[in-house]
Order: sequence, then structure tokens, then C-alpha cells
Amino acid sequence: MHGVVVDPIITNLTVFVLAIFVGYHVVWTVTPALHTPLMSVTNAISSVIVVGAILASGPGPINQGSMLGALAVALVAINTFGGFLVTERMLEMFKKKEPSKRDTGVKK
Amino acid sequence: MSANAIALWYLFASVLFILALKGLSHPLTARRGNRFGMIGMAIAIVVTLTITNRVDLALGALAVGGVVGYLVAKRVEMTQMPELVAGMHSLVGLAAVLIAMAVVNNPSAFGIPNPIPTGNRVELFLGTFIGMMTFSGSIIAFGKLAGLGKQFRLFSSAPVVFKGQQMVNLLIAIAMLVFGILFVTAAPGSEWMPFLLMTAIAFVLGILIIIPIGGADMPVVISMLNSYSGWAASGIGFSLNNPLLIVAGSLVGSSGAILSYIMCKAMNRSFFSVILGGFGAAEGAATGTTEQKAVRSGSPDDVAFLLGNAESVIIIPGYGLAVARAQHAVKEMAQKLIAKGVNVRYAIHPVAGRMPGHMNVLLAEAEVPYDQVFEMEDINGDFGTADIAFVLGANDVVNPLAEEKGSPIYGMPILEAHKARTVLVNKRSMASGYAGIDNPLFYMDKTMMVFGDAKKVVEDIVKAIE
Repeated sequence: MHGVVVDPIITNLTVFVLAIFVGYHVVWTVTPALHTPLMSVTNAISSVIVVGAILASGPGPINQGSMLGALAVALVAINTFGGFLVTERMLEMFKKKEPSKRDTGVKK
Repeated sequence: MSANAIALWYLFASVLFILALKGLSHPLTARRGNRFGMIGMAIAIVVTLTITNRVDLALGALAVGGVVGYLVAKRVEMTQMPELVAGMHSLVGLAAVLIAMAVVNNPSAFGIPNPIPTGNRVELFLGTFIGMMTFSGSIIAFGKLAGLGKQFRLFSSAPVVFKGQQMVNLLIAIAMLVFGILFVTAAPGSEWMPFLLMTAIAFVLGILIIIPIGGADMPVVISMLNSYSGWAASGIGFSLNNPLLIVAGSLVGSSGAILSYIMCKAMNRSFFSVILGGFGAAEGAATGTTEQKAVRSGSPDDVAFLLGNAESVIIIPGYGLAVARAQHAVKEMAQKLIAKGVNVRYAIHPVAGRMPGHMNVLLAEAEVPYDQVFEMEDINGDFGTADIAFVLGANDVVNPLAEEKGSPIYGMPILEAHKARTVLVNKRSMASGYAGIDNPLFYMDKTMMVFGDAKKVVEDIVKAIE
């Protein structure tokens, strides 16, 4: 290892494996009642691939590559915005309950 | 911005994504988590925009996609969530393929040497074929969930199977691998041919692996595609040496994998038997043996009387309830009962809806307080002391045959409605459930059937509860 630069693939693999462990443990803590919002928010998060699409669209001159990139940005932006917003909309429904929960508690 | 600063911002965004998932551990923290996710995404996009040479294309495309996404998010019905999620998976998959094509077209735009080194090619191959299979597979899943089977046979919710299917799939997968290897080893300048062929084959394979899977297994499929879309993002992250994409992709990939596992367990099916498909086609032979048995049926007034005099009631909603759009009526009924001092709870089977957690969202939309809604493991012990179990539009998930050896659904975890003192069941008719098996619960002495459309029946009950 002395003086040898680690191949970026190994660094990436390290990040990948550790992130899977983090994902595994975090996702098991998600309450089953929120599994649908979990899917929509992970959908939104996977749209971070938009980062790659932006890079593809922006090297400078307009050519096939940049148009492919722009198309990818437009498609995945639907997820970026739609995914988070629809998650917000669902979670809003779960939140509204707070006052009514106390109401029923008082009535009893 | 220096490369180090960018990397640090990306790290920050990764942490925010993890916190977004962590927030979902409780409804009270979930919204804050979602905000973290949004901030993380905003950081990722802005930072990336600062390092590109031109931003007009990206900003324009973001605006177009953003408007579409906004409109979709605002207008989608909660019953359509499975289709929406499937559709969104397909977009992530397609974007992964387009980015990989842009890399092959001009690697230097991504800081990758030209010709592309072998390692990056392997990663591009992985990212592309997973992305393409996610794309075409999700389109099929979307069609099945949206009920487009009548217009187009590939979208049929019944499994599409043919002889030697698995052999064909295997051969196609091998062909894809061969072209993938040809792409990895191709001489500079001749990468396109094997790359495009590999991509086209992946498209076909994505379709073929989803068509044999039946409608009842959709919760597994949609979770699986969720997982794929994450791995595709990770694959592209590897090709671009971008840790943010790798982390986000792995989070999504493992989340989808866990959900697939939970769904399989809830149906007592092995993951491989779901993937190999065919479920729901050959079944149905089990019916017909028990036709003459008598059932006791009652009117909504009878039900209202029983419910009004009970101390504790557990409502078991199934997808039939959502189809009849009866959630609001049920919530009204529950409210009236609670006002009379009845302890009302809801019991949710993991596969009660069309995707994980779907029924919880449908009830939340009807403003049912989430603290009245219980998961299977948490409430099953309470059926023995409940006065009434009220089954609305559910069938297989309350079938006590699941506890009998030799039954086709033996071992499937069920809601133990049959242990309640009285069982009320609303169904449209005596037709069997998706698994095609008769349900002895309906013939028990303590069971009363109330036939009719769920919404109409429940509304009549609401009127009858004084």
C-alpha cells in the first residue's frame, strides 16, 4: 500500500457497502404505516441521478450528448419534484389527525 | 468551487437523505424528514449547476420536469399511488440509460478519460442494463396496476406465461451479458454497436420478467422495481465516481429490497416463486366443493344494532373497500360508534392494498386518526377479547384455512378475525378471493354476512346508528 493510490473503484465500493448497511438499518425502523410514503420518498431520492444528467447537459456546446443530458434532466425532474411533493401530501394526511386524536380522547 | 468543497456538499446531502428516511420511523417526525430530503436534493442540484459550463439547458429541463411533477403530485388520487410510483421508477431507469449514453458519447464531459477505461465500462454496463430493465419492467407494472390489460395484452393483470419462458429469459440474459462483455472489451470508437444491442436486449428482458407476475403479487413487484431503480442510480454513481449517487442509490436499493422481503413474507411466498410468476392463473380449482353451505346474512340495520351494543370493534379493511370508495363512510361510522363509547380500531394486513402501506394512506386520506390504525402483529392478540370483527372488502387475509396444514394458503399470516365473539363480513357476493379459495370464516355460526356495495352498506349503517 505504501505510496500506492487506491483505485477509485475501491473507494466507491467502500462507500457503497457501508451505505447499504446504513440503508438496511434505517429502513427497518420505518413504521409499516408509512411504507407508501417511504416508497415515494425513496423514489424522489433516487432522482438524485439528476446530478449525472445535469453534468451530461452542461459540458458547453450543444450536441447529442448535451441533448441526451437535458432530456434525462427533464424526465427525472418529474420525480424530483413529484416524488417529494406527493410524499408531503401523504404525510400531511397523517399529520392532520393530531387535533382530532385529542378530541376523541376528551370525549371518552 | 473546489473539488473538495463539492465533495463535502455532496456528503452533507447524503446525510440529509439518510435523515429523510429516518424521519419516517414515526408519523410525527416524517414531515421534517421529507423536508431534509428536499434540502438535500436542492443542495445536490445547485452544487452541480455551479460546476457545469452551461446551465440554461439544465434549468430549462428542470423547469419542464418540475411543472409536470408538481401537477402529477397535486392531482394523483391516493388509490393511484401504485401506478404513480411504478411510473416514476421507469423514469429513473430511463434517465440512468440516457446518462450512460451521454458518457459513451463524450466521457471527458464527466472527467472520465477517453477511451473509457475498463472499470468504468463495467460500471456503465451494470448501470445501463439495470436502468433499462427498471424502465421497461416498470412500464409493464404501471400498465398492470392501471388496469390497461384490456387495451394491451402485455398489461394483463393475469400472468402472461408461455412454454419454456424461463429458458427463453435465461438465453436472453446470456445474450445481454455477451454484448455487455463485447462493449467492455470493444476497441475505441466501436463501443456503440454492442452497447446499443445490450441496451435493447435489456429492454426486452425487463418486459419478460414482469409479465408472468400476477396482479396479486404487485406489491412485491413494485417494491422490487423500487430496489432496481436505486441500484441503477448507484451504478451510474460508480461510473461517474460520484459518492452521492452511490449512497442515495444504495439507500433506495436496500429500502426496496426490504419492502420486497416484507411483502413476500406477508403472502407467505418465496421471492423466487414470485419472480418466476404464474400465481393466480392455475388457481381457482379449489373452489366449488363447498357451495351448499349455509351462511347467515343480515341487514345494515342488524349490523348497526350489533355495533352499537358492542364494547370493542375491530374493523378489517381490504382493497374492496378502497375500490368502493367507502373509506369516508367507514370513518363516519367509526366516529359515531366512538361517540357512543365503543372502542373502535382498524387492523391492517401488510398486503391489504396494492403496495406496501397503501391501506394506511387510504385511511389517512379519509382522516382516520393513525392511532386507531394497527398493524397485524400489534392487534392479532386482541381479537380474542373483541366483541366484533367487521371485515370490509377483505377475504384471503382473514381466511382461517391459512392455519390448516394442506391448504393452498397454509402458513400465510392472517388477521385472526375468527377469534372475535361475533364476525361481520361485508362482501358484494359469495365469490372467492384472489387466491381462489373458499373462506370458512363466512360459514361460522358467529358470522353474519351483509351483502352489497361497501359504500352503500356502510352509509346505511351510519344512518341506522342513532
